[in-house]
Amino acid sequence: MVFHATLQGERYRFDDLRTLLARASPLRSGDELTGVAAADPVERVAAREALANVPLRAFLNEAVIPFEQCDVTRLVVERHDAASFAPIAHMTVGQWRDWLLSYEVDEAALAAITRGLTPEMVSAVSKLMRNQDLIAVARKVRVVTAFRNTQGLKGRLGSRLQPNHPTDNARGIAASLLDGLLLGAGDAVLGINPATDSIETGMVLVHMLDEIRRRYDIPTQSCVLTHITNTLAMIERGAPVDLVFQSIAGTQRANESFGVSLALLDEAHQAARSLRRGSVGENVMYFETGQGAAISADAHFGVDQQTLEVRAYAVARDYAPLLVNTVVGFIGPEYLYDGKQIIRAGLEDHFCGKLMGLPMGCDVCYTNHAEADQDDSDDLMLLLAAAGVNFLIAVPGGDDVMLNYQSLSYHDILTVRSVYGTAPAPEFEHWLQRMALLDGKRRLNANAPLALPGFMDE
Amino acid sequence: MSESRPDLARDPWTALRGLTHARIGLGRAGDALAGADVRALQAAHAAARRAVHATLDPTRLSLAEPFIEVRSRAPDRGVFVRRPDLGRRLRAQDAERLPHAPCDVLFVVADGLSALAAARQAPGVLEAARASLPGWSVGPVIVAHNARVALGDEIGARVGARCVVMMIGERPGLSAADSLSLYLTWDPKIGRMDSERNCLSNIHAHGGMTHDEAAFRLAWLLRGARTLGRSGIALKDDSMTAQLPPGTP
Repeated sequence: MVFHATLQGERYRFDDLRTLLARASPLRSGDELTGVAAADPVERVAAREALANVPLRAFLNEAVIPFEQCDVTRLVVERHDAASFAPIAHMTVGQWRDWLLSYEVDEAALAAITRGLTPEMVSAVSKLMRNQDLIAVARKVRVVTAFRNTQGLKGRLGSRLQPNHPTDNARGIAASLLDGLLLGAGDAVLGINPATDSIETGMVLVHMLDEIRRRYDIPTQSCVLTHITNTLAMIERGAPVDLVFQSIAGTQRANESFGVSLALLDEAHQAARSLRRGSVGENVMYFETGQGAAISADAHFGVDQQTLEVRAYAVARDYAPLLVNTVVGFIGPEYLYDGKQIIRAGLEDHFCGKLMGLPMGCDVCYTNHAEADQDDSDDLMLLLAAAGVNFLIAVPGGDDVMLNYQSLSYHDILTVRSVYGTAPAPEFEHWLQRMALLDGKRRLNANAPLALPGFMDE
Repeated sequence: MSESRPDLARDPWTALRGLTHARIGLGRAGDALAGADVRALQAAHAAARRAVHATLDPTRLSLAEPFIEVRSRAPDRGVFVRRPDLGRRLRAQDAERLPHAPCDVLFVVADGLSALAAARQAPGVLEAARASLPGWSVGPVIVAHNARVALGDEIGARVGARCVVMMIGERPGLSAADSLSLYLTWDPKIGRMDSERNCLSNIHAHGGMTHDEAAFRLAWLLRGARTLGRSGIALKDDSMTAQLPPGTP
């Protein structure tokens, strides 16, 4: 279908939905790299005019990546629920944007339409929204998940404790783990990115995390973020695997470049559920995504990077994950150039993920070749918390010494909690109280380094 | 009020700091990090930013031999970080200027994401590598600006090298802004995939691989590649090779 708009006396033509979405997208380096970005700011706004007038129904008739070429497209079509779509079926994208922001539309109204949404609809409406709109709508959505504690409740902010070490040294990891627990981090997950993809190393780390969790009776879950096939192998060997991790993207070809398929995700999901290790819930999957992933795998099909990102969420939601996060600044300036682009992308990803029904978190981060610094991260973490983000990732001092990038620090999580009066998951907060890590005002005690006795003993 | 630094004499973190370079046991000012720790991170970040934007000055490389200088199609560092595709192709005039000089191995000193790494590590590794490769014909040293790893494919093909070794600056981390990687590609030509290369990374003086160790392992890989007639996944040996690290330059 061809789309047109006339702006300031000039008539613009967009050959198909894929092109229209790309031209309407806020400026970012990844779309410039693949040549799909608007030629200038006027064309971008013209594309938004045209997009605002597109009926939502049109998204059910035109795929941005052909059905025959991509199992993600097929998944979206197969899972689409016409009854959920009915309340918004008569709207254009522009009308839908205003509807989402209206007072009448609350948590229940948004939950009711989730299964009627396609990733392209959600991506489209985000392109018609300012940052404040992305926050205002996202904060109406609540996605609650559970394993050994409950994530996503109102007034709560989870954190992933990420104690990475460049050589996977178990004691080095334990030291970073202790630091994070003493600062109240880790209710979303104790999650290690291993430096190698060795299954033996993964086994050592999974056992270590589980042993520490049991010794201090910590109501949280652990995860070694290795390839899904390694996790399956560890499950087969009897390892205490809580969560199955996998990076995913929005096209079949990109997922193939990650060595993952929908069938493999199904298999791992079943394997982890069969272990029945959760105490208060059965959400066992953990996914990471990020704009640019499909481009770096050369699997973008001329689709803009944000739409591709939302397609990854359509994959994620099929597995009822405990946690999903975008690693928003990790992939580098060729996809998100500076702090402005990273902040915008972080808010988009969170909004789109929540609208798609995902327990959305974020790794607020940047690399040293991006035009960004800790001030940009401060801005994004506070904006995401205002938007009701489920969880944020934190590392010692904000410096990940294995992956060589800057994320948030454990201390930053304390700041966010203080600013908004939020607390970690209730089960985990009770544990912090039990271990005398909190003072009477729900603040972390300043000097509690001995609160977990024997932690570093052999 | 003075900033709250831990009392080192009684600080339980002192022993743990020996286990990891991670910034554990930092001080607090309310919820926030202690001021000294904030500035320490800013200082490390500033050094990394300087390394990213530094340019390679070949006259200060103290190379033992004459060299040929080339540039990619990325005109400056700002475009370079945004457009990896331009960093993978030679400027037209430089492509034409390269001599056809068939050789067994061609070394390219490339800035990548840290010209500082190329300047500090590449000459030492190059000298040690030459000594480790008796009987190999070595082509003229190429110094490449605004270069990504795959630029070596076009350079190697132009020169007619059986193998190209990109000695390229890694994306700077906070603990090392001058870490070098070596990427070995057998039968270089435009369009080679990353899975067809072998990589040695983390060559630097802050607990990383030494120049001699890098040269030893490179020579081992080169001999293996010559035997196999190819590089990459086929040449896998866990004890000797590293996976391509995240943030491949």
